[in-house]
Amino acid sequence: MAEEITRELTMSRAMVEAIAGEMRADDEVFYMGEDVADYGGIFDSTEGLREEFGYDRVMDVPISETAYLGAAVGAAQEGMRPIAELMFVDFFGVAMDQIYNQMAKNTYMSGGNVSVPMVLTAAVGGTYNDAAQHSQTLYGTFAHMPGMKVVVPSTAYEAKGLMHNAIRDDDPVVYLFHKRLMGIGWLPAPDGPKTPVPETDYTIPFGSADVKHAGEDVTIVTLGLHVHRALEAAESLAEDGIGAEVIDLRSLVPLDTDTIVESVEKTGTLVVVDEDYRSYGVTGEIVASVADEAVGALDSVERVALPDVPIPYARSLENEVVADAGDIEAAVRRTQ
Amino acid sequence: MVALTELTEMYADMVTARHYEERLQEEYLEGKQPAFDISAGPIPGELHLAAGHEAAGAGVCQHLRDDDTVTAPHRPHHVAIAKGVDLKRMTAEIFGRETGLGKGKGGHMHLFDPDVSFACSGIIAEGCPPAAGAGLAAKKRNTDSVAVAYLGEGAIDQGAFLESLNFAAVHDLPVVFVIEDNDWAISMPKERVTDLEDGSKRADGFDMPGRRVDVDDAVAVYDAAREAVGRARDQNGPTLLEIQVHRRMGHFMGDPESYRPEADQAAAAQRDSIERLADDLRAAGTDDAELEDLRAEAEARVEEAIEWAKDQPKPDPAAAHEDMWVNPPSGVTDSEPDFDLAGGED
Repeated sequence: MAEEITRELTMSRAMVEAIAGEMRADDEVFYMGEDVADYGGIFDSTEGLREEFGYDRVMDVPISETAYLGAAVGAAQEGMRPIAELMFVDFFGVAMDQIYNQMAKNTYMSGGNVSVPMVLTAAVGGTYNDAAQHSQTLYGTFAHMPGMKVVVPSTAYEAKGLMHNAIRDDDPVVYLFHKRLMGIGWLPAPDGPKTPVPETDYTIPFGSADVKHAGEDVTIVTLGLHVHRALEAAESLAEDGIGAEVIDLRSLVPLDTDTIVESVEKTGTLVVVDEDYRSYGVTGEIVASVADEAVGALDSVERVALPDVPIPYARSLENEVVADAGDIEAAVRRTQ
Repeated sequence: MVALTELTEMYADMVTARHYEERLQEEYLEGKQPAFDISAGPIPGELHLAAGHEAAGAGVCQHLRDDDTVTAPHRPHHVAIAKGVDLKRMTAEIFGRETGLGKGKGGHMHLFDPDVSFACSGIIAEGCPPAAGAGLAAKKRNTDSVAVAYLGEGAIDQGAFLESLNFAAVHDLPVVFVIEDNDWAISMPKERVTDLEDGSKRADGFDMPGRRVDVDDAVAVYDAAREAVGRARDQNGPTLLEIQVHRRMGHFMGDPESYRPEADQAAAAQRDSIERLADDLRAAGTDDAELEDLRAEAEARVEEAIEWAKDQPKPDPAAAHEDMWVNPPSGVTDSEPDFDLAGGED
């Protein structure tokens, strides 16, 4: 008999609860980032941690991403379990060398003799008109380079379980949380990410996609914010008798191809939705992965992603490029 | 005064490193002649040899323990030898063999020996932030271990270095940054890229002690490093050292050095820190026969490592797919518990 859970948390509270739990259990876990101590994280990713754990374990750092992300690599290689936060994922460019050439590669280059048990957290996503340098998700950028596990929670339940697993994992994990889902007062979340969350510790294994809505006619594969937009589309499609199965990837690396293929073999139709650029990215990769394993099952395919333009500022322009439920619904209807 | 045993240990490290580079040069060029072909021969890839840098390796590492972390750049062998990296497995790695430090996946710019806390990497100044992180770990754990980041003089304009100086300074980390100044960043002489003759002055902007060792002299390096490492070990914060060394070979093997005046090359060849240390040892009572024995032992050790390495198996091609993860995704054995999430979307 499964335990019934009724306590609901926002995604940020669930993420912080997991970090706090791991910090209580292990003195070697610490958090580094810009404005993570007194401010509690611009997107509430560390709210309350400094009060419990102090400045040594919840460290504000200089605006110096190369130094502190690289320092996290160094501390992790010493066996500590640092969590280092990029305030916006868009800032990765100033520290790309440490991420791509050290964090991601040192285990392989050492023949498995060195481990880098760190978590890189970063806020991702748009929908609030922050324009081209503060709105990206860059899912594909991180998933492309071998050596990083990449996870993306869509709800409070996922946020906690994925974070517990991320901190405990002996490999580097990139944990990308969508700003719009965090439940911040000044950035209201849609219905959906605030979920019941068990008070006990639990882990969500990487590479286990979750079927968030069952359906027989079309498979919608997505992640992050667009899980909720796809669920909204699925409700609308159901009114017309179209059964959409919505799969929340939860992790990009490793990718749970089995769950996707199983669904596509049932529906014959694949619609991939994400908030990253269309070309050379997540949507293309998912379609190719399904084609590799079950090309015969694919009757119809649609991709819904950012067109290949930087994310524009004005509301009408951003809304044009970031898919909403209506765009997803339209893509599904094109396949029917 | 440096104890005779320490002078002798440094001398052994330095003659080992020099002979190692000379022998690697021979092995490397074998098969890459007459017209230089970098993709041919028994040692794959690029090779950056450190002949002329030995004093910087031995003089600093003489103060270090196995648990003190060192990050070195693309020219790492002399530091690795002074730090006590396993010579046979390092050599096997350079030859691209299965029993190498990285199973043939890293190569000579990416050597990792966790047993003695050594790593090197191929991108300029890239090792500085991880060294700061090792210092941060030591501080958090309240141990007295220290970290040392080596870099070339061509790296002192790189952001990773400057950011690391600030990070180490503001957190009072036990880190020593060591600039090996060999005057040349491939073909670029220092004066054309930096308005600073003494790179250790970079420390001034970070309120950190900086000191330049102006002569290629192991004892002078030893003295400067004793103070810097001691300061770090006593939890008094970071130091920046710059050490004048000499590049006796090209930037990489195959470098024609057509940009380098012959007089500069000749000068580098003359000012030899190994001969200088031999003089110090003689002054301390070591006779020529003992010096010859030390050299012979070093040469035998190098020969043994090279012979062993060349005898090691080449990696099975299928191994290219291994070692991506310490915890492979298929090995995630925990499963999601079964909760009844009332109100959830399931």
